[in-house]
Amino acid sequence: MVLPLLIVLNNALKSPGDYSAHGPLALPHGIYLDGLKSFWTRVDFGRVLLNSTLISGSVALAGVLLSVLNAYAIGIGRIRGRAWILASFVLANVLPQEALVYPLYYLSKQLGLYDTRLSLVIVFSVIQSAFGTYLLSSVLGAFPREIIEAARIDGANSWQVLWRIVVPVSRSTLGVLMVFFFIWTWNEFLLPLVLLPSNDNQTVSVALGVLQGQRLMDATMTNAAGLLGALPAIAFFLVFQRTLTRGIAVGAVK
Amino acid sequence: MTARRHQPANTYPLYLIPGAVAFLAVIVYPFALNVYYSFTNWQGVGSPSWAGLANYRQLMKDSQFWQSFQHSLAMVVAMAVVPTVIGLVVAAALFDFVAKHFGSKLAAVLRACFYLPQVLPITVAGIVWSWILAPENGSLNELLKAVGLGGLRQDWLGDPHFALYSVMAVMVWVQLGFPVVIFMSGLQRVDPALHEAAELDGTSWWQRFWHVTLPQLRPEIYVVMLWCTIAALKVFGAVYVLTKGGPADATDVPSYFSFATFFEKTQVGYGSAIATVMTVLILALTVVGLSFQTRAEDAR
Repeated sequence: MVLPLLIVLNNALKSPGDYSAHGPLALPHGIYLDGLKSFWTRVDFGRVLLNSTLISGSVALAGVLLSVLNAYAIGIGRIRGRAWILASFVLANVLPQEALVYPLYYLSKQLGLYDTRLSLVIVFSVIQSAFGTYLLSSVLGAFPREIIEAARIDGANSWQVLWRIVVPVSRSTLGVLMVFFFIWTWNEFLLPLVLLPSNDNQTVSVALGVLQGQRLMDATMTNAAGLLGALPAIAFFLVFQRTLTRGIAVGAVK
Repeated sequence: MTARRHQPANTYPLYLIPGAVAFLAVIVYPFALNVYYSFTNWQGVGSPSWAGLANYRQLMKDSQFWQSFQHSLAMVVAMAVVPTVIGLVVAAALFDFVAKHFGSKLAAVLRACFYLPQVLPITVAGIVWSWILAPENGSLNELLKAVGLGGLRQDWLGDPHFALYSVMAVMVWVQLGFPVVIFMSGLQRVDPALHEAAELDGTSWWQRFWHVTLPQLRPEIYVVMLWCTIAALKVFGAVYVLTKGGPADATDVPSYFSFATFFEKTQVGYGSAIATVMTVLILALTVVGLSFQTRAEDAR
């Protein structure tokens, strides 16, 4: 499973001469970093990293906030019609983005949000919150009611209960959701491809995908692209490995 | 005198307002627009002209559309069926062989290795694999040559006979980690006494796998099959970076077909009809799948 990535690592550190003389399977004869450097400057990789981080980070925060508010009304408030509301969030969660992409493209142009990172933050916060609402509603549905009732008797209003009791108690679930929203948004391709055409606003995913589509890269640069594209994801994965594997199981089986 | 009980007003519905407004603006309204566009002829400029069912009639006769759906079925095999089958074997092997004989730490590390492709951007997977599968100097072809099977070298992504299978193989690699993780956590739920009893009875590993592990994991298998099938019907990024639907539409899928119809051919009405048909199929599958799953779980 990791073999393809190891081959890429092996070849990202080779000079083009070494590559063409010994092929992709030989170990590098000396470390060569110019491929990485030229790829970095060519796509302005620092900039796309920043774009991805800003967009994914904002979506993680805003998406979780929306999910918490929705789930509070559904899971703890038990508002009327909650089964239908929840069902519509589930359906939204499986809706193919192809059925939204042209209208979103057109509407963002009309609203002056086209080719802004804000457009993507708004769209993905809502899309991710469809899943977040679904998951959190069932978590909050099982929230110990005595705690809430005790706080209400002490005179806390629902806003205070939410922020002083529900959110702190559910913090680990919210953390898992944030990690997921961040990674999912980071990896999204179709909507960023359509909504963020300019180089200045592109995300890591789109910058790599567009470059690959043009097939303009030589082998050394291809490997540099593969390596640099994979590194942030691997770093994030190593940090949150436990959260992710536990969270994915909880999320799927709920 | 009776103390009047202070009854706070029910403020909970108010919390739904931000979510509901955002949901209407970003999902419901755009989706309704998409359905409306599908009944029009529209190039994306000027105003749409009503066309009734013309787009749908044309779709029914469009061989490229039907072909793209056949490729969807291939993706279901590659992204749901094969990963589920391999995932079951891998998870069971990691759980009651590797973990038992080499420690649960190694099992966790291996599980992480299987899961890693799931967190990579699909474009990274695309870059890596299209280079490995390249006809000239591609690692796979070099490897075949190195082990004396040079005659098997192919243009894996560029030859219409192989392209679909190559994309399918890449998708198995991408997708496998999801079932492995789900099944391993499912196995932790299974009562170890069941396995031990079977072991004492002297059953083989395969017998235990068939008669203990599989039936116990049924809920997880439903979940994995359903979510992976949905993901397979929506696959876009992988096709975009690996083949762009080519060569000669050999790897075209509905989502790439609709994308190209929107943004390359600018036939917005027709593209919307494709997207609407996709949506109906996926929603129907979800509703059927979920009710099937609920019934299966109730029956346990």
